[in-house]
Amino acid sequence: MIQTTNSSTLIQTDRFILSEAEHAAIEHEMHHYEDPRAASIEALKIVQKARGWVPDGAADAIGEILGIPASDVEGVATFYIQIFRQPVGRHIIRVCDSMTCYIGGHEAVLAGIKDQLGIVPGQTTADGRFTLLPVCCLGNCDKAPALMIDDDTFGDVHAEGVAQLLEAYV
Amino acid sequence: MSIKTLTSIGPANTIARSEESHPLTWRLRDDGQPVWLAEYQQKNGYAAARKALSEMAQADIVQTVKDAGLKGRGGAGFPTGVKWGLMPTDESMNIRYLLCNADEMEPNTWKDRMLMEQLPHLLIEGMLISARALKAYRGYIFLRGEYVEAAANLNRAIEEAKAAGLLGTNILGSGFDFELFVHTGAGRYICGEETALINSLEGRRANPRAKPPFPAVVGVWGKPTCVNNVETLCNVPVIVGHGVDWYKSLARPQSEDHGTKLMGFSGKVKNPGLWELPFGVSARELFEDYAGGMRDGYTLKCWQPGGVGTGFLLPEHLDALMYAGGIGKVGTRMGTGLALAVDDSVNMVSLLRNMEEFFARESCGWCTPCRDGLPWSVKILRALERKQGTQEDIDTLLGLVNFLGPGKTFCAHAPGAVEPLGSAIKYFRSEFEAGIASPSAPATTGQFVPA
Repeated sequence: MIQTTNSSTLIQTDRFILSEAEHAAIEHEMHHYEDPRAASIEALKIVQKARGWVPDGAADAIGEILGIPASDVEGVATFYIQIFRQPVGRHIIRVCDSMTCYIGGHEAVLAGIKDQLGIVPGQTTADGRFTLLPVCCLGNCDKAPALMIDDDTFGDVHAEGVAQLLEAYV
Repeated sequence: MSIKTLTSIGPANTIARSEESHPLTWRLRDDGQPVWLAEYQQKNGYAAARKALSEMAQADIVQTVKDAGLKGRGGAGFPTGVKWGLMPTDESMNIRYLLCNADEMEPNTWKDRMLMEQLPHLLIEGMLISARALKAYRGYIFLRGEYVEAAANLNRAIEEAKAAGLLGTNILGSGFDFELFVHTGAGRYICGEETALINSLEGRRANPRAKPPFPAVVGVWGKPTCVNNVETLCNVPVIVGHGVDWYKSLARPQSEDHGTKLMGFSGKVKNPGLWELPFGVSARELFEDYAGGMRDGYTLKCWQPGGVGTGFLLPEHLDALMYAGGIGKVGTRMGTGLALAVDDSVNMVSLLRNMEEFFARESCGWCTPCRDGLPWSVKILRALERKQGTQEDIDTLLGLVNFLGPGKTFCAHAPGAVEPLGSAIKYFRSEFEAGIASPSAPATTGQFVPA
């Protein structure tokens, strides 16, 4: 899309350009591997860290640096669950849905989150604060049910305790 | 600096432990904080690496690990020395890789997290000695992305080791060079399959590769590659440091496997946790003496010995011994050795529905039986859970158990998925039958009604 502003300056809103910092970070990662392609997942994470998600066009930009087709980058981006190809909330809640947390009562925790935020797994709150996702076993099975909010892991979570946990994430 | 409590703190931190009986975990701190380099060295750390690099020929290290009978701790239990022996020693092939499989995503597995968060130097020392044995010039720790603290602690420990001359060039004056990187994944259970892990490390979709060629011949970037689990590598300094005879004296006499194993029990037990125990302890000892039995108000209905991909066993099987052959005798695999107690409040159809949803979601989609068969099982289990199953459903599920079993799919994902399903139907068939809609019951809206 090309927008014409009052001052008649052309602003291309759909052209994806990597920031210098992103570019440098991706270049740095490439050198840890025998083949630049290996940095594709890390490159997607770098873009996501800066922008919250991986916008359309990122695959072209990353592919160009790594010297691989954009379709390969997109193939990787859509394979791994931690890469978001659509906008997400400011905070990601990941609720472990392994059988150990199932026995521990993770469905009650999900119900508690639904009560608090009105969202089910896969949804984002209307204010853009939280996105709720399921996650494979968090390796916290002796403290089931477990969940993560951003980079923080919590164990022995109860539906009633959810509200208090969420408070710290604004 | 604020002190952060690691989520991996548990009974292994507080149980009475000694170097003689708990070779992997004796260095753990009671407060659950990571053991950094100074403390690790004070507790004899890197002594085995010094011995390996100064006194032992590369082939001797491989032979020692072979003689010790070390078996992979990631769930499959393949002999580590045999795997190492497949690596070419030809001097002309001078690029070899050592990969650490730290993609711990198997439901009910929480052992490698503890080792990496709290004893990062034990893994680094294990990789250093193993790399020396395999003549690998570079190693990667393939770590799942959710293990944020493990990544931070491993990276800090790697920096400490580099500064101390324990990684990098001419390590400890031996002339051996080894560099180590942490590679964090972006989340898919299949990355734990060793050839899928290699594809993922190369920046591709994590589909498994055909074997042969095995990674030892054609691995990452086409080079000879060895993939070992975290706990497996952590056993290497123990074996090299204390010797084969000592290592072989660790396990209980009835055990055919050697050394210790991180074992656990979770579910509605009184004291869920993780402990380092000798191979050959009985599951009952683990369940009753360590995990304290079931919580008040709950009865043990069945249990799984080691992860989602192992079969269910009944309470009467608790006398089985925790080693590959001991659990094999009662009809399933030991897997990771971290057991799950299923209590009498759990319906097996609902539990299996949860498990197969996991396997269906995590199928990479590469081969047809797995890609199509697992969602089919979920569909049937959901119908049975709603009491809308048909007469044929159990036979269809048993058909899937057969068609998705060992040898019929590209990798071990689907066979792992149907092992608990087959055993659940075997022991709890009536719960599945209870999900079949009775012919006289009125059909629910939207359901096909035969004329």
